[in-house]
Amino acid sequence: MIELTNLSKTFNPGQPNAVRALNDVNLRILPKEFLILVGANGSGKSTLLNCIAGNIFSSKGEIRMDGRDVSHMPVYRRSAWVARVFQDPAQGSAANLSVLENFRLASLRTSKKGLRIGLTRSFADRVRDQVAALGMGLEQHLDQPMGTLSGGQRQALSLLMAVMDDIRILLLDEPTAALDPRSAEMVLKLADQLIREYSVTAMMVTHNLKEAHQYGSRIVQMDNGSVLRDISANGKANLTLNEMFDWFA
Amino acid sequence: MDFYLTALLQGLCLSSMALGIYLSMTIFKIPDISTDGTYTLGGAVSGLLLSLQWSAPLLFPLVFLAGALAGACTGLIHTRLKINALLSGILVMTGLYSINLTVMGRSNIPLLQVQTLFDRFRLVDHPQLNSLIVLLLFTLLVLLAIGFLLKSDYGLAMRATGSSENMVRALGVNTDRVKVLGLASANALTASSGYLITQFQGFADINMGIGIVIVGLGSVIIAETFIQWLKIRSIWVILTLVCLGAIVFQLVLAFTLSLGIDPSLLKLTTACFVLLVVSLPRFNFFKKAYD
Repeated sequence: MIELTNLSKTFNPGQPNAVRALNDVNLRILPKEFLILVGANGSGKSTLLNCIAGNIFSSKGEIRMDGRDVSHMPVYRRSAWVARVFQDPAQGSAANLSVLENFRLASLRTSKKGLRIGLTRSFADRVRDQVAALGMGLEQHLDQPMGTLSGGQRQALSLLMAVMDDIRILLLDEPTAALDPRSAEMVLKLADQLIREYSVTAMMVTHNLKEAHQYGSRIVQMDNGSVLRDISANGKANLTLNEMFDWFA
Repeated sequence: MDFYLTALLQGLCLSSMALGIYLSMTIFKIPDISTDGTYTLGGAVSGLLLSLQWSAPLLFPLVFLAGALAGACTGLIHTRLKINALLSGILVMTGLYSINLTVMGRSNIPLLQVQTLFDRFRLVDHPQLNSLIVLLLFTLLVLLAIGFLLKSDYGLAMRATGSSENMVRALGVNTDRVKVLGLASANALTASSGYLITQFQGFADINMGIGIVIVGLGSVIIAETFIQWLKIRSIWVILTLVCLGAIVFQLVLAFTLSLGIDPSLLKLTTACFVLLVVSLPRFNFFKKAYD
């Protein structure tokens, strides 16, 4: 599904402050895999996620999605495959637009945004049903500006927005970093459920080892821009939390 | 009373520009300074072609296009060359001064023996009432077009670009293109105001655009105050308020002039008035100091 071949990224190349953030990373993420990416600060995991999303272009190497080379595609073209949930809830949804308007935009992620009014009653009903299924009572607030909702609510809605349109790859960039523990658990449960329901290939960057232990079908630890550990389904199920803490000792 | 009627008509002429400023403000969060130049450009093109006996409705698409082109320049300089939006606007405004002067061929074109938009559409006998009707219809059409644009799927992307560019890009929108097209539309609207005001006052002048961005900004901020205060969400009401803001602005200026202020102090008065409007929300008259 996602193939990274010899991926390298150097920031400020040739200068005294040059940083080698990714160092020949090779990774194949299989369809329907939920990959958890952990690593210390500066290990390159965020750079890796940004390279896949298209926010950063790699210096060397290749990224393929569904066999297609996307290495030089800008973010707005990769969106045909990729949906992203940002670390900061304020970045993942437009505060000045209503919840419904946000959903309308998200429902057009892979298609053209034309000069027609697509926010119809039937669209609103469809969103209302989906939001009601969250059980958070947010279906009452669809006409409210997104900015009036809490971080947890916005993050949950961002997840739902991601599956509004055809989705193959979901990137979660520390989606719970800005949330309290209860909201964090709610958001991750929802993410896990949606990933299964829509058979999505997912990748989540996290600093929370409990989350990393509890969720996902594969875990990768990055260190110094390279893959240090790569443990897939069976191995991950047998992994204990204490063993994982030892990785960072 | 005639004095205030004129102010009302001028306000209607400037409504299109206020809508344009509203567009660029929502997309960039800063006012687009090239407005000063495109407003004059609209006036210059209208003045030149009218004096060549072109028909007023026929030349409007050209004015619109000229404004859009100038706005697209600002947008391209900002997005392609990564130059600060404010500076891009200043560059285009400065360049436009020469272009406007070249278009006009002199610094002032009087329109005495020509048929303006208001002469062409004679709906009632009373000249000022006729102008009022023509301007109301024109503004209504512009308002409907912009309202539709902002309510469309593309408009949603435009409105989100200002606050959440990262999200809009992740949702498959080339935000650079949105900015260029948005600025083109905004400046086309500004040129339309230049087109109207030239015919309304009967001349085009190379200096007519100086400080006009402040007038548009003031109009939008007056509207914004009410939008925040009354928590208005409807696009139609917001756009109507922006037009009303332009009218209120002209009425306030007319009022200060009627107090006997020297007309050479008009720009200073305008600047002070906008300063007052901008700073009003900063003064907390009703809140206690410890709040």
